[in-house]
Amino acid sequence: MAQLDSRIPPGPLADKWRNHLASMRLVNPANKRKYEVIVVGAGLAGASAAATLAELGYRVKSFVFHDSPRRAHSIAAQGGINAAKNFQNDGDSVHRLFYDTVKGGDYRSREANVQQLAEVSVNIIDQCVALGVPFAREYGGLLANRSFGGAQVSRTFYARGQTGQQLLLGAYSSLSRMIGSGGVQLFTQSEMLDLVVVDGHAKGIIVRDLVTGAITRHAADAVILATGGYGNVFNLSTYARGSNATAIWRAYRRGACFANPCYTQIHPTCIPVTGDYQSKLTLMSESLRNDGRIWVPKKAEDRRKAPGSIPEADRDYYLERMYPAFGNLCPRDIASRAAKRVCDEGRGVGESGLGVYLDFAEAIGRLGENAVRERYGNLFDIYHEITNENAYHVPMRIFPAVHYTMGGLWVDYNLMSNVPGLFVLGEANFSDHGANRLGASALMQGLADGYFVIPNTIGDYLAGQKPSARPSTDSAEFRQAEDNVRGITSRLLGIKGREPVSHFHKRLGHILWQYCGMARNKAGLEKALQEIPALREEFWSNVLVPGSGDTLNQSLERAGRVADFLELGELLCRDALVREESCGGHFREEHEYPDGEGKRDDVNMAHVAAWEFQGDGKVPLRNVEPLAYEFVKMSVRNYK
Amino acid sequence: MKNISVTLRVWRQAGPGQPGRFVDYPARDLNPAMSFLEMLDVVNDELTLKGEEPIAFAHDCREGICGTCSLVINGKPHGPRQGVASCQTYVRSFEDGQVITVEPYRLRPFPVVKDLVTDRSAFDKIQQAGGFITVRAGSAPNANAIPVPKDDAELAMDAAQCIGCGACAAACKNASAMLFVAARVSHLGLMPQGQAERDRRVLAMVQTADGLGFGSCTNQYECSAACPKLISHDFIARLNRDFIKASFKAAFRSEPNRVVGD
Ligand SMILES: Cc1cc2nc3c(=O)[nH]c(=O)nc-3n(C[C@H](O)[C@H](O)[C@H](O)COP(=O)(O)OP(=O)(O)OC[C@H]3O[C@@H](n4cnc5c(N)ncnc54)[C@H](O)[C@@H]3O)c2cc1C
Ligand code: FES
Repeated sequence: MAQLDSRIPPGPLADKWRNHLASMRLVNPANKRKYEVIVVGAGLAGASAAATLAELGYRVKSFVFHDSPRRAHSIAAQGGINAAKNFQNDGDSVHRLFYDTVKGGDYRSREANVQQLAEVSVNIIDQCVALGVPFAREYGGLLANRSFGGAQVSRTFYARGQTGQQLLLGAYSSLSRMIGSGGVQLFTQSEMLDLVVVDGHAKGIIVRDLVTGAITRHAADAVILATGGYGNVFNLSTYARGSNATAIWRAYRRGACFANPCYTQIHPTCIPVTGDYQSKLTLMSESLRNDGRIWVPKKAEDRRKAPGSIPEADRDYYLERMYPAFGNLCPRDIASRAAKRVCDEGRGVGESGLGVYLDFAEAIGRLGENAVRERYGNLFDIYHEITNENAYHVPMRIFPAVHYTMGGLWVDYNLMSNVPGLFVLGEANFSDHGANRLGASALMQGLADGYFVIPNTIGDYLAGQKPSARPSTDSAEFRQAEDNVRGITSRLLGIKGREPVSHFHKRLGHILWQYCGMARNKAGLEKALQEIPALREEFWSNVLVPGSGDTLNQSLERAGRVADFLELGELLCRDALVREESCGGHFREEHEYPDGEGKRDDVNMAHVAAWEFQGDGKVPLRNVEPLAYEFVKMSVRNYK
Repeated sequence: MKNISVTLRVWRQAGPGQPGRFVDYPARDLNPAMSFLEMLDVVNDELTLKGEEPIAFAHDCREGICGTCSLVINGKPHGPRQGVASCQTYVRSFEDGQVITVEPYRLRPFPVVKDLVTDRSAFDKIQQAGGFITVRAGSAPNANAIPVPKDDAELAMDAAQCIGCGACAAACKNASAMLFVAARVSHLGLMPQGQAERDRRVLAMVQTADGLGFGSCTNQYECSAACPKLISHDFIARLNRDFIKASFKAAFRSEPNRVVGD
């Protein structure tokens, strides 16, 4: 049974982080260069962490599977980043951001971590502006804000529809500077395929060079995983095609607990699927809901009519109708399920009937087309590229798609997993968003973790490790881990079955979307728990991975990732089955109020489920970390 | 629109420095709403099932922002449409029966890794030389302490949109990286925060690009035309001004560790 000590500092909520900073052990400046830290991933979380640790004097090795750190999936974030700056003078504060995040997460996050996040959020914007991030500005030259779902204040900073790109390029520039100055050693196209644990501590990784196939061992005093989310387990999602769970999954197999895997987020505003060849779903930023109005025809028979020909009286602006206070800006899980419901009622629009309108006619009438273009021009362009439709003239068609994973490796207040020396940052951990993440809060979390949390908390761990006492890469643990990686690679290449990798990924995606997507129930989950292991077995006997292991081999890369997804998918369903309640992105049809809202069970389910690997073919152990709400009163989320 | 069929004439090359050649592959019954990369996915699955090696091509976000995709389609980096990346190219841009050539970028600083994949790490090296503002985390002043005129911020953003795909250099007869360098230099040079390192930045980045084998700009502007973000070549003029000013200042400065060598 894993030891889950959340290490929450004592004292009043608002003082926890400050007190903690003052009480952690420090590594003196001259000793820092004796420590080596591995950072896997260079998205917002990894790039900011690697750069900042190197600035502090640690020796950093940065690994990414991409050909450049600038290509991490964070680059694609569109809408914005939250921070409790209260530049709008609209009543925002650290406490309000904390509260909104806890409530938005449907009371399934850890209070102390959320407070830490809200507190450092203000420093993030300062840091990014200093790095030259070209945030949107008002005519007076000061920073502009927009509002995002789940908040009644405007606290979202943005750079057109490319906020993630600009923030990542900021962090990438710091990382580049530290690479140039020798503080960080960069390994691109290098995929971590195993974690090395020595005497119970994470002390290294095994890496495959994706271009040459070379497999190498790397030792360090601590290992940081900032490898992003696992949404591609569903095959179709808004994630970049290469995003995968392999790093965290293999760490899980080495003993790191996987927390709340069933908390997945389905984003309400994505471009609908067009065919079986579909490889990804494109997000239309939630910020569009500031000015776009969502509707479907009131009558199912109108659903094929040209939208312009449907009179106002025959339209159902269902979010405005059901949630008058938040309207089109209600949280993502609520908006997604509402869309599913109206489509299930046969009122969905577009070819497949799986779509709803996002209409800008009113905003264009109010603000003019130019103002709308200035705010969302690039999103309208993306929409046009994909659908060949002009959304200034006809409403967009949107449908929910998998977008984010709140679950991830379990971490304590210091962002350390239950394996000492293994830290997990960004979307890869589970810490801040509970059962549902609010828009613009992932970018905030990634940069909070990397710029401000880990640089402080890692010292507390390293101070307890002898400098330069890294294990040798010749040790048995490294050898065993390398053998494991070589074994997986040669097994995959040796099967020579009859179906390409994509075939299995698609089928896994179908199972999960059907039984573990927007709405879940016991019978469906039990079915999935039969189908996934069967599919996995079929994969391991019938997958066809062409080529060899010692050149660039994209089929082999994907095969390894899909093999992990086939295990993770099962854990996701298992977690969803045991969680007998509805909360945030996890909606169990057995647990709903008569009006269709999810019903939490705070008596039996107010805890984190942290799954512990027990070996292949064995049921993993479900550890529990109770969530004690000291400062916020759990209540029914109400966005009406 | 009806489904179409085309012939893909694809550059196949087993590895760096090895000989390559074009091979024709049929792509049949394509839905016009399918993306160009999805078409390659389908062809690749067919090749796999036939026991052949699939075509290696670089991709990730598939929405025009990560800069990974880098196909030269019918001789044009990122294909026939302006202002989009390869991944935002759709089958509807082609005609039934068309023969479409697909090849990698061809320039010395971006050697071919395999098939359609090239090594663009040279761009990272240019950034490492100076594409940053030096700020240690924790040392930044309050974000609203420095107002930035909206027009400057907008212009900076126009430049900052660069996705680092390398199409500019691939489209240029001289394999010049000047649009890429200009985008970064202009973005940071337009912001008050970027002033302290402005001279040092432009000198270091231009010098590094030269050292990596990128050619010089002779104002043909193929770069802007190929840029998926349509970044304007006006930024190159801005870069040149900055470069001349910085070189001039450096020449008259007597500090021992100046960036430009003699
Ligand atoms: C389309 C889209 C729009 C979004 N918009 C917003 C928004 O507006 N606001 C917001 O707050 N959030 C948004 N999000 C969510 C947000 O972008 C992500 O949650 C966040 O960027 C994740 O950052 P990260 O640093 O944790 O991971 P990532 O950016 O995913 O980076 C992962 C890194 O890990 C590396 N890696 C992974 N596995 C391995 C391995 N095995 N070996 C080596 N390297 C590895 C990769 O190379 C990469 O560098 C959006 C997400 C999507 C999909
Ligand atoms: S795949 Fe990301 S820009 Fe084309």
